[in-house]
Amino acid sequence: MFKDLGTIFIASAIINNFVFSRYLGLCIFFGVTKKMETAVGMSMTFTAVMVISAALSWLVYNLVMLPLHLGFLKIVLFIGIVAGFVQGADTVLKKLNPTLYYKLGIYLVLITTNCIILAVPVINADEKYNFMQSLTLGLGSGAGFSLALILMASIRERLELANIPRPFQGMPIAFIVTGLIALAFLGFSGLITL
Amino acid sequence: MSDSAKISYGKLITNGIFSENPVFKLALSLCPAVAVTTSVKNGFLMGVAVLFVMTMVNITVSIFRNLINPKVRIPAYILIIATYVSMTDMFMAAYARTAYREMGLYIQLIVVFAIIISRAELFASKNKVVPSAVDGIGMGLGFLGALVLIGAIRELFGKGSLMGVSLVGQNPLLIAILPTGGFFVIGLLMGLFNWIEIKRGGNPSSGGGHH
Repeated sequence: MFKDLGTIFIASAIINNFVFSRYLGLCIFFGVTKKMETAVGMSMTFTAVMVISAALSWLVYNLVMLPLHLGFLKIVLFIGIVAGFVQGADTVLKKLNPTLYYKLGIYLVLITTNCIILAVPVINADEKYNFMQSLTLGLGSGAGFSLALILMASIRERLELANIPRPFQGMPIAFIVTGLIALAFLGFSGLITL
Repeated sequence: MSDSAKISYGKLITNGIFSENPVFKLALSLCPAVAVTTSVKNGFLMGVAVLFVMTMVNITVSIFRNLINPKVRIPAYILIIATYVSMTDMFMAAYARTAYREMGLYIQLIVVFAIIISRAELFASKNKVVPSAVDGIGMGLGFLGALVLIGAIRELFGKGSLMGVSLVGQNPLLIAILPTGGFFVIGLLMGLFNWIEIKRGGNPSSGGGHH
């Protein structure tokens, strides 16, 4: 049981890293990695939202939708759950902890329509994971995404000082750097045989 | 109003394909551009799916633009998009089984593509039905073209084939179809387009990398 969960965690965090081998969340990945501080805030918020939305959507999908044969509505429902939860968290956080809200609030709004958040419930549903496995996938994916954001932010801070040919400034060089990191992550691919 | 609309149909199409190409210029919806472009066929299927969803969403949003309360417009758009994505998803699951097994996840994720919601918000919610449809087709074609181009380059270098027809007989540069290759090819293509833009005296778009 725990071995199984460990496998899912390592697989989703490193081997099938959302950014480097599943190519999800690229927009956020390129958007927020210009500064280390934003990258750290973003990765914490994302991990929390991923775990909680994995749990919520598992409950709704397996306890409500499957018994009622509503599987075909899963896309609509998952995005509804994520959006509803994020909106709720936004309101509660604003009331209970304004300091944290002003630090993380802007990221919360960006999260609602993000492929990386929606991918977690969709993968859980496709793989027919049980509750603990779903939570682990959410946690592992969040950890993998945080790792990617922090790595990239560190590199981009150095990149600011580099002398890059003009056509490659901005996005093109960011893509090539990501390609190089992905190449390194390829080395993990034999770590666990699933 | 109708005069200006008449002249601009051709412009709307070229706008989507060249000057505001979703992938290379706006740097929007990049995830699928890297994920599914390991071959021309997959890129083409994904592009067609997006073209369909984008056109239908633009038409629907445009029809209902005066009925949707501005306060709830984003959830309304997401529901409209999710409806068409579910349709596409089920259709592909039934008729394109092999491709669906490879890229089913990304088909479902069309629902959160920034390019679709941004066109609904920026264009379709302010324009009549026909211009909105044309805008959707133009943007969709731009996306389709970009995916096919990236797919062709990666398939040619990675598998030595085009459209599944083997040209070389071996894998000349396997890296091109690995995850890494997707990032390299897009980075190099963006650099190339910026270089052309600079040569022509323009200002290269320093892609924002928005979602």
